[in-house]
Amino acid sequence: MSRIYPSAEAAVADIPDGASIMVGGFGVTGLPFTLIKALADRGAKNLTLIANSAGGRLPDIDLTLLVKNGQVRKVIASYPVYSGRVSAFEERHLRGEIELEMVPQGTFAERIRAGGAGIPAFYTPTGAGTRLAEGKESRVFSGKEHVLESALRADFALIRAHRADMMGNLTYHRAARNFNPVMATAAAITIAEVDEIVDTGSIDPEAVVTPSIYVDRIIKGKPHEIRFD
Amino acid sequence: MKSGLTRELICMRVAKKFRDGDYVNLGIGLPTQVSSFVPDNVNVILHCENGMMGYGRIAHPEEIDPELVNAGSEPVTLKPGASFFDSATSFAMIRGGHVNVTVMGAFQVSEEGDLANWMRTERGVGSVGGAMDLVSGSKKVIAAMEHTTRAGHPRIVRKCTHPLTGRACVNLIITDLAVIEVTPAGLVLKEVAPGVTAEEVQKVTEPRLIISPELKEMEL
Repeated sequence: MSRIYPSAEAAVADIPDGASIMVGGFGVTGLPFTLIKALADRGAKNLTLIANSAGGRLPDIDLTLLVKNGQVRKVIASYPVYSGRVSAFEERHLRGEIELEMVPQGTFAERIRAGGAGIPAFYTPTGAGTRLAEGKESRVFSGKEHVLESALRADFALIRAHRADMMGNLTYHRAARNFNPVMATAAAITIAEVDEIVDTGSIDPEAVVTPSIYVDRIIKGKPHEIRFD
Repeated sequence: MKSGLTRELICMRVAKKFRDGDYVNLGIGLPTQVSSFVPDNVNVILHCENGMMGYGRIAHPEEIDPELVNAGSEPVTLKPGASFFDSATSFAMIRGGHVNVTVMGAFQVSEEGDLANWMRTERGVGSVGGAMDLVSGSKKVIAAMEHTTRAGHPRIVRKCTHPLTGRACVNLIITDLAVIEVTPAGLVLKEVAPGVTAEEVQKVTEPRLIISPELKEMEL
């Protein structure tokens, strides 16, 4: 069966209420904007989002769409709010409508990596002695306190890459890579939005960043305007 | 209160701390501006937690690539020798001790070098980002900050009142008024801004400062 889907709508059509969903991107770069819009249109509710931020830099096209739609139950993130602006997520979180699990960004990335690599948990020095380590097991290695962190997996990963071949081998563009390759490894179904789809064999195997084994569905994304302020 | 350096001059003073060959991470906020002040004769490789190293100054409008941004989502330029990698690899570099220097913004730094920079208690929510990983993994942590709050209260305090980013992790504090080293004996005042005296710095600093015998005026 082809991994190339005719549209973003078709690619997200089976995402059910209550799903856990990883969404790639960092700030304004590398977000799968076309898939986010399709998920907002689909309207699946009670979602757990695993994403570096909870939207707010580009509120017309980022995860703010899902938050404003009332589709989000919980967010697992390292950078949920921005300084100098109050997002729809922040308002709803402070009203008690959306749960937040705050994770240091390196721990967040490593928990996802571990989830994709079959490692159930690991010790890290990050966060030891802070409120983000409260309630977690800790252990001293080489005289330094470490915190036990568990792997993260999701039902779906929505990621963005630059180029895909027909099999799903992916390459990325500059800083838009960020969490996308690691999230691709850690979901039951990974859906990639790309700028262009090329013939299998036309990507140099040395240049492949995400091998096809991690990619289930591919759609061609629509161009989006990124505004800087 | 005595007025000190502008934010640009704080960045310039921070940039002069770098040594040839340093791999440096610049935190969000004031520190990201440091990239525009690295002296031409010092080869510093800037690492950014969103997955790149070897970027340069903030981009001019005609140079903007929307997918080439620093951790603060500001468009930057690339230098020869740059590379890109994913977030898990980026933080493996950080936790693995490969990044020599981290420059962090700060709400508060304590006498013992505790850092609070991710959440103001009164906001009810914050964003930790990569700060906890950076302070636990980097060889040297520089806190770059304004010496006092807008209301004039000290940010260099006996104990942090905002939630901690890390314990005993800051090595050097660079503010608009002073350069202060965190040592086992306490905070050592090493440099003062032009026109500022040690007494004036002490007045807006909660813990007692040890005056370095080599105290000098900041060179910019």
